[in-house]
Amino acid sequence: MRYVLGRLGFYVLAGWAALTLNFFLPRLMPGDPATALFARFKGRLSPEAVGALRDAFGLTDAPLWSQYLTYLAHVARGDLGISVAYFPAPVSQVIGGGLAWTIFLAGTAVVLSFAVGTLLGVAAAWWRGGWVDTVLPPLFAFLGAFPYFWLSMVMLYVLGFQLRLFPLGHAYGDDLTPGWNLAFLADVWRHAALPMGSIVLATLGGWMLGMRNAMITVLGSDYVALARAKGLAPSRVVLRYAARNALLPSVTGFGMAIGFVLGGSLLTEIVFSYPGQGYLLVQAVRNQDYPLMQGIFLVITLAVLGANWLVDLVYVSLDPRTREVAS
Amino acid sequence: MSGAGAQPTGVGAWWQAIRRDRKASLGAALLAFFVALGLVGPWLVGSPDALVGIPLQPPSLAHWLGTTGQGQDVLAQTVVGTRVSLLIGFGVGAAVVLLGALLGVTAGYFGGAVDGLLSLLFNVFLVLPGLPLAIVVAAYLPAGPATVAFVLVLTGWAWNARVLRSQTLMLRQRDFIAAAVVGGESHLRIITRELLPNMTSLLVAQLIGSTVYAIGAQVGLEFLGLGDVSGVTWGTNLYWATNDSALLTGAWWTFVPTGLCVALVGFALVMLNSGFDELANPRLQLERAWRGWLLGHRHPPTRSTPVVNVPPQVPRG
Repeated sequence: MRYVLGRLGFYVLAGWAALTLNFFLPRLMPGDPATALFARFKGRLSPEAVGALRDAFGLTDAPLWSQYLTYLAHVARGDLGISVAYFPAPVSQVIGGGLAWTIFLAGTAVVLSFAVGTLLGVAAAWWRGGWVDTVLPPLFAFLGAFPYFWLSMVMLYVLGFQLRLFPLGHAYGDDLTPGWNLAFLADVWRHAALPMGSIVLATLGGWMLGMRNAMITVLGSDYVALARAKGLAPSRVVLRYAARNALLPSVTGFGMAIGFVLGGSLLTEIVFSYPGQGYLLVQAVRNQDYPLMQGIFLVITLAVLGANWLVDLVYVSLDPRTREVAS
Repeated sequence: MSGAGAQPTGVGAWWQAIRRDRKASLGAALLAFFVALGLVGPWLVGSPDALVGIPLQPPSLAHWLGTTGQGQDVLAQTVVGTRVSLLIGFGVGAAVVLLGALLGVTAGYFGGAVDGLLSLLFNVFLVLPGLPLAIVVAAYLPAGPATVAFVLVLTGWAWNARVLRSQTLMLRQRDFIAAAVVGGESHLRIITRELLPNMTSLLVAQLIGSTVYAIGAQVGLEFLGLGDVSGVTWGTNLYWATNDSALLTGAWWTFVPTGLCVALVGFALVMLNSGFDELANPRLQLERAWRGWLLGHRHPPTRSTPVVNVPPQVPRG
């Protein structure tokens, strides 16, 4: 358990670093964003109201350290300030609307890509030199060279615009009301197919190559030879003996990939007008809605840190050695 | 490894590695084409901002790649965009490797508390999601190439630092470093004369990888409108393509050329790297020599066995 707690400590530290960064960023940057922020309210609000707003946004004349403590206390309560563009909605409320979509899109895409890519990697190592091993890697390397969102654009153009197989954007049809019924869920999947597909396609190759190379190393090791010599079924040797160990480096990489895929999905959301965090983030940037922007960054960061910790838990259950160190 | 004269060193070795490997030659040629395009291209095409025709015209003889949603020439925009995009790409790639080398080698070489602190720093940077951080920082700075370059360096150096740290840790154990320390050489001299030269191929591989990253990420940021949207780069071309709803009107020619350029440059860099792999990995050199020897003696080429050394007089294949 010491390993798990140590990792947890690291993520808490990283989360604190993100918070601190978030706090100092607007205060360090040139051009005083606070002034720009309030310029938007000029003429619409009385000076007293602006003063009250300054307090609400945490931009007081108090010393920096006390502002910092106030900020930390606010975040701990889940209070991320007030959105400028969606004034007077609090940032947490605005973010809440899009968070589920992003987690659904990026989360499903990364798990799908990992699962399919890893299985293809096992297949490529098993039938080494076969078509899975010779045709797919260059194909995926080629696809991986394109920017994520550009692949999305091409898929949108070909499959959505030309062939009309999929809807052109948004998370569900305008004529449907969200709810847990079959028609709505089917529509959500139909809308998610293209954005999800483009992320999976762009990231599949990395998982496949990594797993293939790890498998080839592991298949050459003594314990696999022993398992074969014992006369175990080939499928059992490959899946239970080799793949389980070859999976370890991929699982380590999985944690880092989450942040990367999330970044890519932000761009993909723009292409498909998907109502997730990416779409909100870009709207916030265009509207100079700094509180919303920073809130989104914070929420995304915390989500990535949490997902990383979950990956560590999985790692511990896969690799007994990390458990032995603790005892 | 060869009887055909002395082994070239320095730049000569790199040049030979490119010439010897077909993939690397292809990559180098492709890259040279884009560099040349970036250098002289802007003088060969018309102004990218000029209104030259009816908006959203498909490719024709007058406009080989059609026109944008604002009636500009797509070919001119793509060619002119090459310069800034490549400049930022290579510049950020180099800066990221430099920063990564500085911090990674420092951490690995000095160890102890220095290593603990620096490792913590780059592990934190590795786990923070890069693109959202880049977007937030860029939003506070004036839009333009300098801002894009700055945020890409800020979010991109950590991986290089981590890899170079572990490489330094490994080299630090070697006898020749110990000998240099005992010989009383200064830390700076050991790092620059003993450590770094032994990591050249890794540094070059990182430079190539970082440049690929920088070009892709830069296009992504500019696509979001975080670059100078009045300038002409590959990323802003895509930004305008979506803003003018090129996709929903079927104007594929406004975004396909730019994406192909990005992918081709990335492809060229990766191909180039495959040639350099051999410089880093002596076993691959042996393999090539062995294949060459077999082919020279009209045998079917097979994999070399690492334990069998190659005969001393090997004609190069």
